[in-house]
Amino acid sequence: MTQATPSSELGWKRHSKPLVPYETSEKLGRFSLLAITLGAFAFLYVPIIVLVVFSFNSARTGAVWQGFTLSWYERMINNERLIDAALKSLVIATVSTIIAVIIGTLTALAMERYKFRSKGAWDALLYMPVIVPEIVMGVSLAMFFGLVSGGVKALVTAVTGVEPEVADVRGFGTLVISHVAFSMPFVYLTVRARLADFDTTLEEAAKDLGANEMRTFMRITLPLLAPGIISGALLALTLSIDDFIISFFVNGKGWNTLPIYIWSALKQGVTPEINAVSTALLLFSILIVTLSVVIQRRQQ
Amino acid sequence: MMQRFRERPGLRLFSLMLPGGFWLIVFFLIPLAVIGAISFMGRDDLGSPTLPWTTDAYAQAFDPIYLQLFLFSMWLSLLTTLATLIIAMPVALFIARMPKKWRNLMIFLVMIPFWTNFLVRTYALLFLLRANGPMNNILMGVGLIQEPISLLSTPFAVWVGLVYGNLPFMILPLYSSLEKFDWTLIEAANDLGANTVKAFFRVMLPLTAPGLLAGSILTFVPAVGSYITVELMGGGKTTMIGRVIATQFGTAGNWPLGSAMSLILMVIVTLAAVLYFRAGRGERMAL
Repeated sequence: MTQATPSSELGWKRHSKPLVPYETSEKLGRFSLLAITLGAFAFLYVPIIVLVVFSFNSARTGAVWQGFTLSWYERMINNERLIDAALKSLVIATVSTIIAVIIGTLTALAMERYKFRSKGAWDALLYMPVIVPEIVMGVSLAMFFGLVSGGVKALVTAVTGVEPEVADVRGFGTLVISHVAFSMPFVYLTVRARLADFDTTLEEAAKDLGANEMRTFMRITLPLLAPGIISGALLALTLSIDDFIISFFVNGKGWNTLPIYIWSALKQGVTPEINAVSTALLLFSILIVTLSVVIQRRQQ
Repeated sequence: MMQRFRERPGLRLFSLMLPGGFWLIVFFLIPLAVIGAISFMGRDDLGSPTLPWTTDAYAQAFDPIYLQLFLFSMWLSLLTTLATLIIAMPVALFIARMPKKWRNLMIFLVMIPFWTNFLVRTYALLFLLRANGPMNNILMGVGLIQEPISLLSTPFAVWVGLVYGNLPFMILPLYSSLEKFDWTLIEAANDLGANTVKAFFRVMLPLTAPGLLAGSILTFVPAVGSYITVELMGGGKTTMIGRVIATQFGTAGNWPLGSAMSLILMVIVTLAAVLYFRAGRGERMAL
């Protein structure tokens, strides 16, 4: 009769003592961490660096270096459609960021400072745009604005008696509305996080010293919240300028943003000009990151 | 007016919540309800939704072809999350143990791709890997290959694209929870006889779970609904659910099916998020 051997007798449980001396394993561990980190950074940066380098390559096609040129940047600046798209992106980003910052900050104040019955539901609702896939938000907004366009058409027909040829609400307005819808929750979360570790005694002190509600808000609350609000604004600005999918579904005729322009250019084929535009966008991101780091430093 | 405002906190709360609540209900919830309604409609020859109500679109969405597509998208996203986790964990660990000056620089370097346009970054990868791109040139230069090979249009290429795109979104949350980690706990574990591997799994991993979960959700959710990556890296040959949804509203012209698929996708990501919040809450309670 065979008897099952208890696992401890097999000896594999005894190996908790390191097989190699502790210092050696520590050094080995540090070395492999360093190797993986360097690998990961190479993975992240090699494509970006290659892209930037080839934006200065004089060859029109192919990936062979043929000499330095700035002509792709020159073409970029003289490309009217591209500059138009970039300006549209900037205007939409500015307007939607201003709206998102105001609305997001007010919502954060309400959610952090008040207790009310439906708060749990609002909490969930304010989180939803963060997790709902962009493609779903894009198609749902497209359908919604399509429905609104139909409604406008019916209304115009009923009032004037003439059916309009086109009734399309899509354009600047729908782009701004959609951008606020997806960026406002990010502003709200950023500002609310700042509000959560807010020292309310300062506000009480101001009120004790005779400042009214409005004055306390303008002189104490707002300046203390400023870093959170600015971080939220930078996030909203970046999200708006970067957005492709949602804009693609709600833009309407004549309202191509920069990412939509890049996308349609890419669909026609890779050109060094796209590399130049991408490099410009990369520089913009570096600027934004630097700004947000500086703000965080100040905050500390 | 001002007086009444001051005396009624309910009114004040209402006016603070009004703009945000209005915006979210009208421009987020109602549009979702619209596609919810369309998903239960039929369609005419031109593709426009028609009444009466029907569940045909859902029956179609659960057709083996589409079901397989959903499973493939989830599987690829899971593999993406796993790969980013395996790469990001050592990176976050290494950065967290660096001297402060270096740490800030490294985090700055992670933040640049984090904030850079996703389309631009995916394009950068496409540019590097395309048929007559630099990668093929290098491979031919060292004599590994004779002819340019296709590095794109495969599930593998899409996976690489997803890992590439989402890596910064995993490193940053992991790092921020590791940054607060008390390293003396590892020493304590070592003193008590645990080796480095054991200390990592038994002490460090449970304590950094919030960052790990946040990074996983930040990777899985965009991956499962991804459109840009699959369109650029998949080259039309490899497809995922996000791209199929877009097609239904575009060339395929089947709005009810596209809407039904959108709702199913929403259920998937909501489940993932709920699991995340549950786990997060359990974590806090355990502490």
